[in-house]
Amino acid sequence: MSEKVLMKGNEAIAEAAIRCGCRHYFGYPITPQTEIAAYMSKRMPKIGGTFLQAESEIAAINMVYGAASTGRRAMTSSSSPGISLKAEGISYLAGADLPALIVNVQRGGPGLGGIQPSQSDYFFMTRGPGHGDFHIIVLAPATVQEMADMTRLAFELGEKYRMPAMLLADGTMGQMMEPVVLPGESVDPETIPATKPWAVTGTQMKREHNIINSLYLKPDELERTNFERFERYAKLEKEECRWEEYMMEDAEICVVSVGITARVSKNAIVAARKEGIKVGMIRPITLFPFPKAPLAKAAEKVKGFLTVELNMGQMNEDVKLAINCSKKVAMCNRVGGMIPGADEVLAAIRKEAK
Amino acid sequence: MAVVFQKPKALTDAVLHYCPGCTHGIVHRLVAEAIDELGIEGRTVGIAPVGCSVMAYDYFRCDMIEASHGRAPAVATGVKRSMPDNIVFTYQGDGDLASIGLCETVSTACRGENITIIFINNAIYGMTGGQMAPTSLIGQVTQTSPYGRDPKTQGMPIRICELLASLDAPAYLERVAVNSVAHVRQAKKAILKAFRNQVEGKGFSLVEVVSTCPTNWGLTPDKACQFVEEKMIPFYPLGVYKDKEKIV
Repeated sequence: MSEKVLMKGNEAIAEAAIRCGCRHYFGYPITPQTEIAAYMSKRMPKIGGTFLQAESEIAAINMVYGAASTGRRAMTSSSSPGISLKAEGISYLAGADLPALIVNVQRGGPGLGGIQPSQSDYFFMTRGPGHGDFHIIVLAPATVQEMADMTRLAFELGEKYRMPAMLLADGTMGQMMEPVVLPGESVDPETIPATKPWAVTGTQMKREHNIINSLYLKPDELERTNFERFERYAKLEKEECRWEEYMMEDAEICVVSVGITARVSKNAIVAARKEGIKVGMIRPITLFPFPKAPLAKAAEKVKGFLTVELNMGQMNEDVKLAINCSKKVAMCNRVGGMIPGADEVLAAIRKEAK
Repeated sequence: MAVVFQKPKALTDAVLHYCPGCTHGIVHRLVAEAIDELGIEGRTVGIAPVGCSVMAYDYFRCDMIEASHGRAPAVATGVKRSMPDNIVFTYQGDGDLASIGLCETVSTACRGENITIIFINNAIYGMTGGQMAPTSLIGQVTQTSPYGRDPKTQGMPIRICELLASLDAPAYLERVAVNSVAHVRQAKKAILKAFRNQVEGKGFSLVEVVSTCPTNWGLTPDKACQFVEEKMIPFYPLGVYKDKEKIV
């Protein structure tokens, strides 16, 4: 049964995760994502799940590592400074090829920064948050509905490709309320470990022992695991890129934006169209893998690009790389928790239309 | 001919990489014997640390996980909460458990997680070549305390059993040694009890094993065992620091 309810983005993630069969949440309080932990602390004890407030972000991600090792759907959530602490654990998850969900509801930085929305962890998340050569799946929701839908997608893609997956939201997405249709059918959590023959569930004296590990002291073996992992990433890029195109049919300017700024940009695009400016938008939904192909295709016909971001131009670089610097890639950005208004974005579009 | 002595079934046939005279081999055996005696190999998950025993995952026949440095108790918590009927143990050294992972150690003990921790205290970082550990003795010469550990600048050694005994939640804390046959026999009893406690749902059990590191101590295996007797045990007294069974 699907139902439409009014929910905060953070709560939508939590409820969607439960309906996806996640029964193991480990977290630590940090604004602006704490509603996820609060929601889990209410729900998990009622459904036989685990809510555990860990002693630190570091412990929380390692508890996820343990639970994920047993083949269960496990998750943690945090915000930017807390994700820095989790980076070591994320690297180990990636090195051990463990699927798990990590939610990052971004706030401004660096350091303690602020508690207002930001997209300034873009580089940190898309380049593989931690030491070593690796990536995680990064999904960027722009509505509360997508917060719920991408929670499911993150679990499913993570398991398919044996990778950690991240919902990378800006603080606005976590805090805003919108109508959302939650997944109707619930996944039975008991059915999930059986799909993972590598999980450490106890040998039952029926098989050789399973080992969850990221240590390879022989360089040729470690090289092989890296190559194999990047083959999976290539497949992921080929098959799982997701993006939204908006008014791109005749566009001469292509706005590129995610999350809250994509929504602001849509308003600005509508206003610009009324002025006769042919502008559209490509909104990346997967940030890793980054939708390079549609951007490269757009570059063949548009005059230029305009990234609208809550950082100092991090995605801007990826757009330049995707189009091989063949067109100008301008930027409209605010940082520190400031969000550009539609008028600011419209002014930037006008400038590029000249 | 009757078999009077054999390798525990819970150990694999992999050749141990430990240095000659190192007591890891003895403790691995004691852990495996406990697993055998309780008949729990098929439902046991072990967590290996970072340090000399990092490759313990190759030596125990049960399912194994390799954790990041110091985080084994957090990983064990994640496993135990996912599969409460499984038996979960960590095997950690002094750098792992008493330095970088101290927060996880104390917090896991404080929650009273129903897991078993085997803590190897040999007062040195072995894997990285003999640096000062949180448990290095006063005056102990290591690569990073070349003039001997000076309490004025390098602090005092940490006594984990005593520290954890101040908490309400742990069920069982005992310090043992493996430098003599008599001590090995007592260590075996303690390790078996720490596993049995978990099987019976009694809660957090930790056995600290005062161990040797002949290579990095610069001593022969025999002299290393003597060092344990004469220097280590006086600072780290053996015995039971907490046993909820005994408190009625």
